[in-house]
Amino acid sequence: MTAGAVTAALLCMVGTSTTIAAQAGAQPPAPGAWPRFTVPRMADGRPNLNGIWQALVTANFNLEDHEAQAGPFTELVGTYTAEAAGQSVVEGGVIPYRPEALAKRKQNFDNRTKVDVSKDDTWHDLGDPELKCYMPGIPRATYMGFPFQIVQGSSDALLFTYEFASAARVVRMNWKGESPGDFWMGWSRGRWEGDTLVVDVTGQRKETWFDRSGNYHSDALRVVERYTLVSPYHIMYEATIEDPNVYSRPWKISFPLYRRMEKNVQLLEFKCQPFTEELLYGRFRKQ
Amino acid sequence: MTRRLLISLGVLGVAAAVVSLMAVPVAGQAQKPAAPAAGARAATPAKPAARAATPLRTPWGDPDLQGIWNFATSTPLERPAAVGEKAVLSDQEAEEFAEKLAFDLTRDRRDGGNAADVARAYNEHWMDSRRLQLGDKRTSLVVDPPDGRIPPRVPLTPERKQVAQELAARAARFNAGLPQSHQEFTPPVRGIIRTDRPPYIGTIYNNTAQIFQSPGQVVILQEMIHSARVIPVDGKPHISPNLRQWLGDTRGRWEGTTLVVETTNFRKDAGAVYGNANPDTFKIVERFTRVAPDRLNYEFTISDPNTWTRPWTAMVSWSKITEQLYEYTTHEDNYDLVHLLVGARVREARGEKVPEPSGRPAGGGDDR
Repeated sequence: MTAGAVTAALLCMVGTSTTIAAQAGAQPPAPGAWPRFTVPRMADGRPNLNGIWQALVTANFNLEDHEAQAGPFTELVGTYTAEAAGQSVVEGGVIPYRPEALAKRKQNFDNRTKVDVSKDDTWHDLGDPELKCYMPGIPRATYMGFPFQIVQGSSDALLFTYEFASAARVVRMNWKGESPGDFWMGWSRGRWEGDTLVVDVTGQRKETWFDRSGNYHSDALRVVERYTLVSPYHIMYEATIEDPNVYSRPWKISFPLYRRMEKNVQLLEFKCQPFTEELLYGRFRKQ
Repeated sequence: MTRRLLISLGVLGVAAAVVSLMAVPVAGQAQKPAAPAAGARAATPAKPAARAATPLRTPWGDPDLQGIWNFATSTPLERPAAVGEKAVLSDQEAEEFAEKLAFDLTRDRRDGGNAADVARAYNEHWMDSRRLQLGDKRTSLVVDPPDGRIPPRVPLTPERKQVAQELAARAARFNAGLPQSHQEFTPPVRGIIRTDRPPYIGTIYNNTAQIFQSPGQVVILQEMIHSARVIPVDGKPHISPNLRQWLGDTRGRWEGTTLVVETTNFRKDAGAVYGNANPDTFKIVERFTRVAPDRLNYEFTISDPNTWTRPWTAMVSWSKITEQLYEYTTHEDNYDLVHLLVGARVREARGEKVPEPSGRPAGGGDDR
């Protein structure tokens, strides 16, 4: 070994031990505390929200507190349908239902795996919309357990495209006026409040649910979402949910969204119609 | 009966009933990048040079395709036999063509008796009025081969022949109102894919797409079935051939101001690939070029040596519109699918039978 090589090797060792020493004295960031960072920005100065994002909460089972539990048809599929425990994502823990509105949630839950599409006028009455592969609506699309992609360019609209059911919605910036109709994914009007993207969603179909536990809304639903970059890899998501027919006051959910970082990450397809057709239409098959 | 015909006309078939249409400005057409379509292109006027000099760019430097576009067209996909070899109509011929087209496509007229009335049940209310705007005097969207027609098909292997026969049998059952199950319906009827699966060719309605861009991505949201097609333009390789998708796997690159898009990895399900081509050998390359602020040329080249005797290319001009794109759904409220199945069971109970196959395509089979 030459003198030069020895020196290089020593320097290398010194460098390594210094790094380890520095790390040993540091604390990982506390959950919910976001170290300072430089916000990546678009040419117009707005925060750059482009990327593939995913929530890691179990809110799709239940927005409120839920214990680990057996799922439906456990006698057939064992733990495949079992649901993980999770803490409430609702501020204050509990959704402020009007007293008379609670019975319907229980009814929804009891009927969550039942389906009857034999009559047009009761087509949507039974079953969790997720079970039937419906576009999930807002906010549920955000925490289905599937990734979604935000596409932010230089036009007056952003696209949110979701892997589940290939659902998509256009966020129209500074759109004036009301929703022109009712849509499964609603009508989204966006605006910036400082570095937060605020999306005001109305015009949602009344048939969507918030989770597998039957939490629901009426056609008076209004959801105001807030997307704030809190690190290069996280968006803090908040949604304020208002529906005077069902709740006694507006209420709020919040959780972080995580940037998907796999080198080859991309949205794949979850076109789930073929996975639910037998449940919906099997009874009409030729015998 | 009415239901079935409504469905077969509107939700599904349409292809025969529709010469879909829209304005393809000759000026825009002439600005297409070099591509294998010399025959037809020679007949179009030279481009105005000023336009190409200042292509619209995004702040990050890519050609800017963002906006809401309509791709309805009055030009048929293939050149009608009646016009012979003529690639471009004269002004006089174009005027006559427009008049005849408007008459032929009018569904609110009452000159054909009850059967014709029912067949026109998807009336003018449903129609994209842009399909009647004659901005392009071409006689076919197909620009190569020069005869304006899709090349002949090659003989099928025994295996694919069997598949084709099964599809024909399904079509016959559908047309007779006797589908056996939901699995016999085509992907558009089941609400799985429609114009979101390339190539993009207009139908009677909803010929709208919104293009979004961000650094490294172009995304096309097609109104029907509502899915967004994400096109990475950052050099990322395709996903593994083990992963097949209804919309395939798409990669793009910029060639000058043209977005060139290659799509592979299509699923093997019936109806998943255009023209029931062989999903293992089917190739589609699409080229998007914004030739004017309000105009985009969409050109696609399809090849599959196991389906057509040679590759072929078509061009559709898209026009920028100021209307919005609204959510389109099928599956969530697919009442007619149940009506069709319930009706089929009633017909069976009455002893109705499927007639011998007529060779008529399935409603919605290829929905173009």
